[in-house]
Order: sequence, then C-alpha cells, then structure tokens
Amino acid sequence: MTKRVVVTGIGIISAIGKNTDESMQHFRSATSGIGAITHMDTVHKNNLPVAEVKYSNEELLSLLNISNHKSNYTRTSILGMYAAKQALESAGIHSVKEKKTGLISANSVGGMDKSEVFYTQFLANPGKGKISNIVGHDCGDSTEHIADYLGIKEQVTTLSTACSSSANAIMLGSRLIQHGLLDRVIVGGTDSLTKFTVNGFNTLMIFDKEACRPFDATRNGLNLGEGAGYIVLESEKSAAESGKKIRGFLSGFANANDAYHQTASSPDGNGAYLAMSQALAMSNLQPTQIDYINVHGTATQNNDLSEGIAMKRIFGETVPRFSSTKSFTGHTLGAAGGIEAVFSIMALEQQIIFPNLRFKTPIPELQLTPETELIEGAGIKHILSNSFGFGGNNSTLIFSAA
Amino acid sequence: MNVYINGVGSVNAQQAGYTSNFLAEIQQTEQHSIRSIEPDYKAFINPTLIRRMGRIIKMGVASAKMCLNDAGVEQPDAILTGTGLGCIEDTEKFLGAIIQNNEQFLTPTSFIQSTHNTVGGQIALMLGCNNYNFTYVHRAFSFESCVQDAMMLLAEKAEQNVLLGGVDELTANSLKLIERLGHLKNQPLTNLNLFNSKTRGSIAGEGANFFVLSNTIAATSYAQLLGCKMLYKPENINEVTESLQKFLQENKVQASDIDLVLYGYNGDEKYERVYTEVSDKLFNKSTVAYFKHLSGEYHTCNSFAYLLAAHILKSKSVSPSILLNDKKRAVKTILIYNHYRGINHTFSLLTAC
Amino acid sequence: MSQLANELKTEIIKALNLEGVSPEDIENDAPLFGEGLGLDSIDALELIVLLDKNYGIKIDSAADGKAVFHSISSMVAYIESKK
Repeated sequence: MTKRVVVTGIGIISAIGKNTDESMQHFRSATSGIGAITHMDTVHKNNLPVAEVKYSNEELLSLLNISNHKSNYTRTSILGMYAAKQALESAGIHSVKEKKTGLISANSVGGMDKSEVFYTQFLANPGKGKISNIVGHDCGDSTEHIADYLGIKEQVTTLSTACSSSANAIMLGSRLIQHGLLDRVIVGGTDSLTKFTVNGFNTLMIFDKEACRPFDATRNGLNLGEGAGYIVLESEKSAAESGKKIRGFLSGFANANDAYHQTASSPDGNGAYLAMSQALAMSNLQPTQIDYINVHGTATQNNDLSEGIAMKRIFGETVPRFSSTKSFTGHTLGAAGGIEAVFSIMALEQQIIFPNLRFKTPIPELQLTPETELIEGAGIKHILSNSFGFGGNNSTLIFSAA
Repeated sequence: MNVYINGVGSVNAQQAGYTSNFLAEIQQTEQHSIRSIEPDYKAFINPTLIRRMGRIIKMGVASAKMCLNDAGVEQPDAILTGTGLGCIEDTEKFLGAIIQNNEQFLTPTSFIQSTHNTVGGQIALMLGCNNYNFTYVHRAFSFESCVQDAMMLLAEKAEQNVLLGGVDELTANSLKLIERLGHLKNQPLTNLNLFNSKTRGSIAGEGANFFVLSNTIAATSYAQLLGCKMLYKPENINEVTESLQKFLQENKVQASDIDLVLYGYNGDEKYERVYTEVSDKLFNKSTVAYFKHLSGEYHTCNSFAYLLAAHILKSKSVSPSILLNDKKRAVKTILIYNHYRGINHTFSLLTAC
Repeated sequence: MSQLANELKTEIIKALNLEGVSPEDIENDAPLFGEGLGLDSIDALELIVLLDKNYGIKIDSAADGKAVFHSISSMVAYIESKK
C-alpha cells in the first residue's frame, strides 16, 4: 500500500473536556477527569471513581443545536455526534458530498445507557418499558445518527471489538482510502458510562477504588471513563486538492490476536508484541525511531505487566518515553483508540508528551518508568498508540509528524 | 485478483449444518419465528471451551469449524465476524442479574460473553490464531462489511485464506421486542407463503453462516465472488437502480448476464416494492428467487443467501422452494439484493467457477 | 467435612457449567486450577461470588482467592474457619 493517508481533522470529548483546548489545559495542570459517579444511580456510587464527561445530554444537545424534546438519542450517540462534528469542522469540511466521504465508528455497548433503563421494566413484564428506549440498543444505531447528522452516506459501518474498537475503525478507514473506495473518512469511536459496564468490570475485580495508577507497582485496576474521539483521514491527494492542512500521517498499523484467554493477556504479551512489530514493519520504522508511546495502560495488574513485557521485547533496554493518558480520562472502552489517536495528533502538533499521573514505583519485573511530568519541545516525529481489547484483540497505530 | 468461496459452514433453520443435499427437505412452520437446527456442538468444539460459550457463540464457532474443515484450511489468515445484535442472550442475562439482585452477587461469565467480538475471539482461541480479527456490528451491513474487508485483504496480499461469517441469535426476549416494534407478522401465516402476503411485518430468524474466501481456486471451490456493495439510506428507487447499475458496470457484468436474482423479500409489503420495481426495470429476463422464508429475517441473514447462492452454483441446481419466477436459465451468475427496512441495501455478485 | 465438600462440588459443577462432571469425579485434595479440573481466572471470580452468595464469605481480591481455591479441601477448611 503506497498511497499515503493523512490526518486533517480531530475531535474529542472526554472527562477532561469537550475539545482539544480544554483537554490540553487538564494535561498542563495535571488535573484528571476522574471523580465520583454523579450521573448514574448505582450501589457503587460512592465506592468507585469514574471519569464522566462533565456535560449532561441536554447540555450537549443544546451545544449541537438539537432540540431536546424532539430527539431520542442515546448518550453514546450524542457524545459521538459531538466529537465527530468537531473533527469534521476541524478538517474544514463544509460540504461532505464534495468528495467520497465515509464514517467508520466504533463502540462497545451501543445505546446501553437507554436500553438498561428499558430492560429494568421489560424483564419484569414483557409488555412494559418504553420502546423509544430500546430502539437505539444496537452498536450500529449511534453510527447512523452520526452519519445522518453529518450528512455522510458513501460508506457507513460500525466495529465492535471491545477496547480496541476505535483503533480498528481507524485502520479500516485508512485501508478504504488506500483501496480508492473513499477519498476521506471520519474514524473513531464513542462509549458512554453505563450500569452494565460498571457492574461488568466490577465482576472481573479489576477496578481501583481510588484513581488509577498506570504502570505503577502498586496499581490496583482501572477506572471506567466515557467519551468520544474521531479523526479525519484523507488520501494525500484529496487533502492537497482541497488545500487541507496535513496534521499528521497514519504511517502504520496492525491488528493481531493474543489467542490466549478471553479476557487476560498472555504472560509474554504475545498479541501486543505482534501488533507493535507488524505496525512498525508497515511504517518502515525502526523501534529506535519511535519517540513516544501512548500505552494502553489501563492500570490493571495484567495489562500493564503484559504490555510492558511486549514493549521490552520490541524496544529492548531503550523503551521510548511513554505514558498512559487513561490516568486522565479513565478507560473509555470503545472510544479509547479514537480518543488516544486525537491525543497523539495533539502531541505531534504541539510537540508535547503527556504525563502519566500518580506513578511512584516501577513494576519490579519491568523497571519501566513512564513520563510523570508534561514535556514541552519533546522532539517527537513518530508516536505509537496501543489499544488492547477482550477476545485478545490487540491493535497498534503509528502516527508521524507532518 | 479473483476471489473464490472455498468452504462453507452453517447452523441454519433448514438442516443441522450444510450438506450437498441442502434444501432437499424444507422446514415448514406457522410460527412467526424460525430457530436454527442445532448440531451436536461437541463434534466441533472442545468441551472445555463449550462450557463457557453462550448459544450464539456455539453457533458461530461450530459454523466456523465446519467451514474450515470444508475448505481444508487449518489456520485462516484473518477472521471476520458480522453480527447485528451480538451476544444478546448474555446481555439479557447480565442485565437481568443486575436488576434482580440489585447489582450484587454478579458473576463475570455472562458479562464477558456479552462482548460482541466473543465469537471471533473464541474462534481465534480455539485455533490458536494470532492473525487479524475484526467484528462488525452494523445491522444489515454487518456481514457485508466483513465481505468488503475480506476482499481488501485478498487484494493486499495474495495466497491468503480469509474466514468470515454472519451470525445472529433469537431469544424469547428479542422475539418479543421484534413483535413490539411491529416488525413481526400478526396474522396466521406459513413461512412458505411469506412472499406476496400483502401484510406488514416479517418472520424472525437466526443462524450462523461462515465462508472461506481465497484468491486460489480449489477443488473445494463453490463459486467466485465478484463483488459486494453497501448502499446506505437511498432516497428513492431511482437511487437504488442507479447504484445497482453502477455496481454491475464496475464488475463488468450486464443486467442481461444475471441468470438468477436472489432478493431479500421478507413478506413485509412496505419493503417489497423496491425489489419488484428493480426486477421489472432491470431483470425481467432473469429467474427471480427469495430466501427469507427459509432463514427468517435477521440482520446477517444475507449470509444465508450467500450460502444458498454458493450451493446453487456448485450443485448446478436450484431448489423449487426458492423460486418466484423461473426463467429456466442455466444459473452461472447470481445477483443477491437485500435490504433491511429501506436503510441498509446490499448488492452481491457471484458466478460459477 | 464430607457433606460440605459434596455440597461444594455440586455447586461448583453448576456454577461453572462443568457438563459431564459429577461430584464423584472431583477428589477433595486434587488441585482445581491449572491441572486437575483445569479451572482458570474467570472461574476463580465465579467461585468468589459463590462463596459470597451461598456462604456469606467475602474475598476482597482475586489474588486472595488463590490459596482458598486450591482444592475442595482448602475451600472447606476456609469456610469452616469463617463460621
């Protein structure tokens, strides 16, 4: 594949802000978005910290100029519409139909924020529950709402591979451009916090009851987050034709399967190792050329150790500077790959490396230390971003400076 | 580069798995839903893995194994899964537990199994396959997104075997929801009279249909896949016919070359018009057939149509049970046109090889 | 000891969906994880819930559960120690 794919726009909403400026303010002031649960009614309310987007559905709809009364959007859709629109605008796209434009979105539990309300009544009595709460249940629903909101029709589809979902959406988008099926594509993902996922991860006993500590020896688990992150990919030719500013290149990517266990990562980080090696091979880069790794870094015992081992297998004793931005945003599940892709482009443009909050002691088996302070003038040319999901689904993206 | 269907595997409503006498016997029902005839899963899946598999996962994994056996492939180079609603039974189970026990005493198994890429993940686990593994969950584009991805993979690198499939399950609850949404027939009806019933609604189904696609023709080859196209929310029938004509042109096929058109008629009179108009306009010399009376309606039921088309092209025979209008042509080229509630339209072209 | 052991075996077979395994097949001292029954980390989580739901005993982390769930005998000993 010799056609180069460029990034021309980015859009984001997460616990650390509804755009890149707000996000950067949080990074600079080392203020994470992790805190108590406020939106949900759950027994875990005062026990588990999460990273909520600090805007209600009504506030976001208002920002989108959509009437609250007429809409029946799930929070997943609203977050997605918000970030995808921001990405489109940031790419200076005013007329979607000028070129073959697609939307590849990803999420893990679709419109579960509304469907879990429905099921509460429905499971007790099959005649009960408001139908309007269930129509948005499936993963494809939010994608179609985003597509309709933005006027995109050429190609619309949804990926769902747990925590690697939106990284995979980005890969697919790039390949569609490289095969000439699209000129440009909005790619990324969205997920909202739900009782379903809060309770689900709780059964796996991988939550930290405090704010998470990625890559720390005493790490105790993850904090769930919510949000949406999208980037606009274009063929270099299409970007040049419309005079778009190139904000970065997607120079390599890969998806590999750990094939070890349904939820746990292999002890030698095999899937992660394969994904990173293959992405490097595609980008024609040597490991020494990677200047920053945005790690998957969920802060679970299992992930950080496994990911760290894989990193050492690839980078040897000279592991590049790295940090987990999940220490700010929590783990946004299906949106994580997209959100972290946006952070990667921000890092390239502003030459900044984000800090990994609350790290004190390296994991003994790894002796790896992430960056704990924000670094300016970081001299970054190439960034590697990891997203690893259940089902052994391991994805790596490599972004390079324009 | 040519693309061939070199293996098939299926858990469907007509027989337990696919055999060469597919549709020799047709299942008839007056229910408004058709369930899969399930095989003995232990023949395909290790008991230690089975215990942690919900029904949809068993259907998908068994179909995948049948398909790989059929194609004589041990390790696929990629695994692609499409599902519209994903692991709905485990989703319901976990939600039910949350609600009933007020978020206490919850166990992880149904949560883990509710993750939509579990079918793909379990196939990889069973095979020890470290290769590319994607799951698409977008209504009636789920399976076709897999097809599109597979064709790109095969163009990127030759000599590969790509395993792909569509799978969806029907539960008592999901059937109830389909009914409440008004998508189900509410009059007495036999599935064999689904076409032209002149009423609203359809019959619900489920199933898993897997295929191995490859660049290399083989003794096991069923058909050549020329192309697949997805059309999102066309505004009118003109847009459909224009898109379809462009699709045929891109694949260097004339409308008059199409021997058989397999339509996604689902018995809902609101959604049947477009098929009839397209047929009248473009395919009035082609044999017309349909399949949803045999599969039921579900987001990935087009994968059943692919199975049917592959069977027709390999066996060189067409079961009378699917015919609506037989022009008695020898069937070398098949067009499959399906849509879901006017939103997700797909065209697929298969030829004999 | 044997009544609780048998009770546990039946509950475990049910909770972990161990089709084709009967209580007689599980020896009291045989390891449950790795070899023996070949249970894994997800099963351990299920057993933690089982202990909480059926016996009111809470285990705080998956790591704590490891020693407790070594065998039926160790589980029985643990349950009795919490009475």
